[in-house]
Amino acid sequence: MIRVENICYHYRGCPELLQDISFHLEKGKFLAILGNNGAGKSTLLKCFNHIFPADSGKVMLDGTDLLALSHREVAKRVAFVSQSVPSTQMTVRDVVMLGRRPYMRWGFTEKDDQIVREVMERLDLTGEIQGRFLNQLSGGEQQKVMLARALAQQPQVLLLDEPTSSLDIRNQYQVLKIVQDICRKDEISAIIVIHDLNLALRFCDRFLLMRQGRIYRYGDRSVLDSAALNDVYGVDAKVVEIEGHYSVLVNQ
Amino acid sequence: MSSARSSLVNENQNSAYRRRQRKSILFLAIMACILLVACILALRAGSYETPVIELVKGIFGQSSDSKINIVVQNNRLPRICTAIAAGAGLGLSGCILQAILRNPLASASTLGVSQGASFGAAIAIVVLGLGNNMGLGVPVCAFAGSIAVALIILGLSRFRRISPEGIVLAGVAISAMFTGATTLIQYFADEVELATLVFWTFGDLGSTGWGDVGFMAVIVLVFVIYCVFHRWDYNALMSGSETAVSLGIHVQRLTLVNMLLCCLVSSVIVSYVGLINFIGLIAPHIVRMVVGNNHVYLIPGSLLTGATVLLLGDLFARTVIRPVILPIGAITSFLGGPLFLYLLFKGGKQK
Repeated sequence: MIRVENICYHYRGCPELLQDISFHLEKGKFLAILGNNGAGKSTLLKCFNHIFPADSGKVMLDGTDLLALSHREVAKRVAFVSQSVPSTQMTVRDVVMLGRRPYMRWGFTEKDDQIVREVMERLDLTGEIQGRFLNQLSGGEQQKVMLARALAQQPQVLLLDEPTSSLDIRNQYQVLKIVQDICRKDEISAIIVIHDLNLALRFCDRFLLMRQGRIYRYGDRSVLDSAALNDVYGVDAKVVEIEGHYSVLVNQ
Repeated sequence: MSSARSSLVNENQNSAYRRRQRKSILFLAIMACILLVACILALRAGSYETPVIELVKGIFGQSSDSKINIVVQNNRLPRICTAIAAGAGLGLSGCILQAILRNPLASASTLGVSQGASFGAAIAIVVLGLGNNMGLGVPVCAFAGSIAVALIILGLSRFRRISPEGIVLAGVAISAMFTGATTLIQYFADEVELATLVFWTFGDLGSTGWGDVGFMAVIVLVFVIYCVFHRWDYNALMSGSETAVSLGIHVQRLTLVNMLLCCLVSSVIVSYVGLINFIGLIAPHIVRMVVGNNHVYLIPGSLLTGATVLLLGDLFARTVIRPVILPIGAITSFLGGPLFLYLLFKGGKQK
């Protein structure tokens, strides 16, 4: 269980970006943080693992405050997949190996090797691809490698900052399906910042709507009603059910 | 049986990765061989022709000709060791600067750190009059100058959030500023001071004694140990600073410590051997072309390549118009400039 308590954050010389954010998320649940540009979605995500220093508040994970831990200890519990994939000339295998860096002392052990192998097999990153450089892969493959690296950290919380924004529709579904499966099987809490409401409705269990640095609504699918969509995004829209799946229909 | 089979499957699946690994190790081995050959060539080169066997004996003072013993032990060997220590140190500091600034064009000379050291040396020689005694005056002032530049760069990158490209542009501006300041000091210097200063900026591998080589080697060695210990931190930084933080790295602290270490190492080297440009830029790039961005190989590769390039450059400088020894700093700039241009345009094409 991850419990976020009263997180506030502001850039130097700017008004508060995050005001008193509190919510909790059970293990094995997939949370979507939604809101329009500038609502503070990515900022909130980055406050959980020292990328941005929160002014005040706590992020409690099973009774420990993540914000009081060292970078290395947080990295053993929380993994992060960023929006942009680095264009670095490192082999896929080495990039995934980076996920073991928080556990490393003098060098990697046989156990680290084993975990990396398992993760790569699980995400179907086997064979020739392991020896290729990251910047030679397609966008979908790159994002899968980033996901594998995050899983090699053996995290309890997985943070994803718009991981699908530059992928085609097939890869979007593939990547999110992998995340969903991992959440359920490994009892990991995943938190994703995502713009595509249809993808969020399809894969996520919890929805956190943000508006101007505050939580507007939090809960399951039912929080996404016409009034909320109008308030948060400023569009006249509704959620409709089509063949058992939910989708957002915009009227204008 | 089944575990043996599964490990065999794993081995096969990893074959592409293993091939890449082997290629990197092979490259390091080849560089080591080239360095060895360069050492032998450098040992032979000189006005005093001798067979290789006698030279090798001379290293241990065992040659039958006592002249060879003296030439090898007091002249050629310190020079070779200086080139190796300085080249390795400059190569590694370039490699680390490129990693922490995430900019392939970063190095002590392109960021203005060397020019800062040169300005410091000018102050020491001309203003403070420390040029003629062999004490620590010039090195300390050179170090102070380069640290000043390092702090300006760190300040710019931290507080004004300048992009990686911007940092190198800022480095160009800072280099120009310090070069101008050095020129102004030169303008007011007397003839002896001017000669000392100009000679210092030429770069010279031949004026270091065993004590200097030892000090330089210790500094470089400490730096190497630190870097090897943090090799995966640099790898993580290549994925961007946010990802590096999420992998448990205190990016600000790492950047600061490495920036200071790089400046310390390059300014110590520059203060002993003078301005030697482009080694820090070229060496990591040659290695990167073969092994990619994994610092497990990039660090030893940069050390070996830096040492080899500087040693070969010195060999070229000593032998091309014998018996005149050309200034090594001019040679590395002359040969390094075109490569720098090549890298610039290659980088532009990729974008």
